[in-house]
Amino acid sequence: MQAFSQLLDSLIYTRSRNAKLDLIGAYLKAAPDPDRGWALAALTGELSLPAVQPSIIRALVAERVDPVLFGLSYDYVGDLAETVALIWPGAETPAAPPRLSEVVNELQLMTRAQAPAVMTRLLDRLDANARFALLKLATGGMRVGVSARLAKTAFAGAFALDPDDVEEVWHGVSPPYAALFAWAEGDGPRPAPEDAPVFRPFMLAHPLEDRDIDLSDFAAEWKWDGIRVQLVHVGGETRLYSRAGDDITRSFPDVAESYRAPGVLDGELLVRGDFQGGEAASFNALQQRLGRKTVSPAMLRDFPAFVRLYDILFDGPEDLRPQPWTERRIRLETFMSRLDRDRFDLSPLVDVSDFAALEDLRLGARDAAIEGLMLKRRDGPYVSGRRVGLWYKWKRDPLVADCVMMYAQRGHGKRSSYYSDYTFGCWTENGELLPVGKAYSGFTDEELMMLDRFVRNHTVARFGPVREVEKTLVLEVAFDSVHASKRHKSGLAMRFPRISRIRTDKPAAEADQIETLRRMVS
Amino acid sequence: MFTYIAGMAPRFSWIEAHPTGIYLPSADAWIDPAVPVDRAIITHGHSDHARGGHRTVLATRETLAIMECRYGPQTGQSLGYGETLRIGDVDLRLVPAGHVLGSAQAVLERGGERVVVSGDYKRRPDPTCAPFEPVACDVFVTEATFALPVFRHPPIRGEIDRLLAARQAQPDRAILIGAYALGKAQRVIAELRGSGHGGPLFIHGALQRLCDLYRELGVELGELRPVAGLKPAELAGEIVLAPPSALNDRWSRRLPDPVTAMASGWMRVRQRARQRGVEMPLVISDHADWDELTGTISEIAPGEVWVTHGREDALVHWCRERQITARELALVGREDEDD
Repeated sequence: MQAFSQLLDSLIYTRSRNAKLDLIGAYLKAAPDPDRGWALAALTGELSLPAVQPSIIRALVAERVDPVLFGLSYDYVGDLAETVALIWPGAETPAAPPRLSEVVNELQLMTRAQAPAVMTRLLDRLDANARFALLKLATGGMRVGVSARLAKTAFAGAFALDPDDVEEVWHGVSPPYAALFAWAEGDGPRPAPEDAPVFRPFMLAHPLEDRDIDLSDFAAEWKWDGIRVQLVHVGGETRLYSRAGDDITRSFPDVAESYRAPGVLDGELLVRGDFQGGEAASFNALQQRLGRKTVSPAMLRDFPAFVRLYDILFDGPEDLRPQPWTERRIRLETFMSRLDRDRFDLSPLVDVSDFAALEDLRLGARDAAIEGLMLKRRDGPYVSGRRVGLWYKWKRDPLVADCVMMYAQRGHGKRSSYYSDYTFGCWTENGELLPVGKAYSGFTDEELMMLDRFVRNHTVARFGPVREVEKTLVLEVAFDSVHASKRHKSGLAMRFPRISRIRTDKPAAEADQIETLRRMVS
Repeated sequence: MFTYIAGMAPRFSWIEAHPTGIYLPSADAWIDPAVPVDRAIITHGHSDHARGGHRTVLATRETLAIMECRYGPQTGQSLGYGETLRIGDVDLRLVPAGHVLGSAQAVLERGGERVVVSGDYKRRPDPTCAPFEPVACDVFVTEATFALPVFRHPPIRGEIDRLLAARQAQPDRAILIGAYALGKAQRVIAELRGSGHGGPLFIHGALQRLCDLYRELGVELGELRPVAGLKPAELAGEIVLAPPSALNDRWSRRLPDPVTAMASGWMRVRQRARQRGVEMPLVISDHADWDELTGTISEIAPGEVWVTHGREDALVHWCRERQITARELALVGREDEDD
């Protein structure tokens, strides 16, 4: 438990992703079985323990500590688990602290009535850090800034495995992952996912930069502005996975319920446009459906989802991934006959012979749901990740606007000494500046130095960590699209804004009007 | 507050607690006053106790030297630990408080009554100053900076070991420690020396004068080098000390990807440490923690406890639960310094 609690403690204070990977990896290599397996389960959110109510913890501490002193301490610290961990009267270095596996075992087996006694016994045997870890485990909220994907990547890194490979076997294993660790250390076979509806890592595209590819080797499709989704149906179960491998089945029950053909498909999740059964609506409409755990009937009616398919990974049990794209495309077209046409359609191929024609198409695409073009090598297999030469994305040129810097805030981690997050605005007809977005990327290191210097030398007011600056610096901001939004006073919100140029040459008064942006709303 | 006994002067009528400090009327002297006065008795050199601008100052030799270093020449009188001086009709003696170099408790006696104004203090060993000396008394005036039972400072050796382990593990990064310029920085340096770290240590310019003064006053700190003028590569794998305000300042950019550490009793609470953007919190404090505060009161067993600054309500509550008379003095101008 000591090693695990030290790991959690270090993760809380670590901001850099690589440092987190190193910390987790070092722990997973050094810790014994089955402790490390339980730790991995805790980090990936797959450790299910009967939750101990905060009221039980409060009652326990009330027996040990003067309630007035506890109350004053809790007010100061602000977090129940941390207050109890720090205030619990116990030895600074307990004689025989339990192992993580022993703690997990006790927590799993205890009944509701036993919880107070079990928790007391464990708290008495742990130091302050480990008490904190125990309380976080028992009350069910780790919050150490580690996603499931990051923990799995750290596991892969520790044992020199391909993260995608780990992702693929993941659903065939369960805590404390004895088979997984045995495989990772070369002592056991690769765990097979068998009949589980598991996630297979997506094939991704490189941005098209040079045009030195032979177009006749490639098929072209529109690039849809929705959510990449993997549909899995196996053993009577259906799952929808997002690009990160998160299970989003519950957010899209309408799609999940109508997918009942055994196989694994790849496509773009979209919602219907203004008219029922019409074309795809913009990403903004899709956002109404995102991130919801439960979906109301009104949501399902107003924003009906469908999937535009473009690849097939499995047809029943048959793995088609080694097949060339042309073969998979034929199999997908055949597969379409088993699907509900209201919920699924086929992403059409775009016929092109040369770049000039393609360029015309790309520029001409005004459909809100089109983001650009995809080029896919006809003889390419389906491989996870971004492989050179197989898939290319050719996005529409971003939109740009000249905005005026209004506020700046310090960044995080390596950027904590720089003002690197900027809020910028455009002019109203009355000559008032209103914020239209916030960006913290797109500039070079030298430009960051220059922007930081500008903020420090032109601050007019401070609001906590935020500085208001003189409204004199024009930033050219690139963004993928702009939408109506109730959140901002300007009534607009940009999608993926980034600083494309610093326009020191341009007077602030000549920056764009809000009206100009409003005309770009898709 | 004062108890009158028939036919006698009220108890402790010769010492008064005001918002700006503790006052001795017969000597017209103030202890750690928040505003400039004619005659100040200063317990130690931290700026919320030792302010500039007093006409005369009475303090230990070390505290006077620290004040001169910060505020320029002082008109004053130094008093060694254990020496007695009569001021007005009160006998004053200074005894070590164990807080920082020169820190003292003011032991005040008159007519068989004894009041100890302890200033800030700690009970842990500190190679840079004399250890706290408990003095039996009728009234014990105590600080309450860390007066909550969540504050238990771990042994310093473990914290220093963690620091050295981090340096070992990351030879390409500098270890940047935020430490209060008076006392904390020198204590961390001395503890590093005590752990066998013999090489040069690097310091921010703001620490230079006080480190020089500590050495003049006989505290061994080993080789200290200024950071100014060095290239990032020259600081890889080195330990650098700076005042807390410099941790996330532009100044820190000259260090190679520093591991940001902060030596403070507040680091015990995760949220406080995270607010400061600290990567490695070091729980090192020059103040008494909860166990030291309550243990000292139990040991001295005073008739009354007066609590000056910090989390007074918790300590007053603790005293009253034990039938010890206690009250809050609510002094102004005392800060939760970057301990």
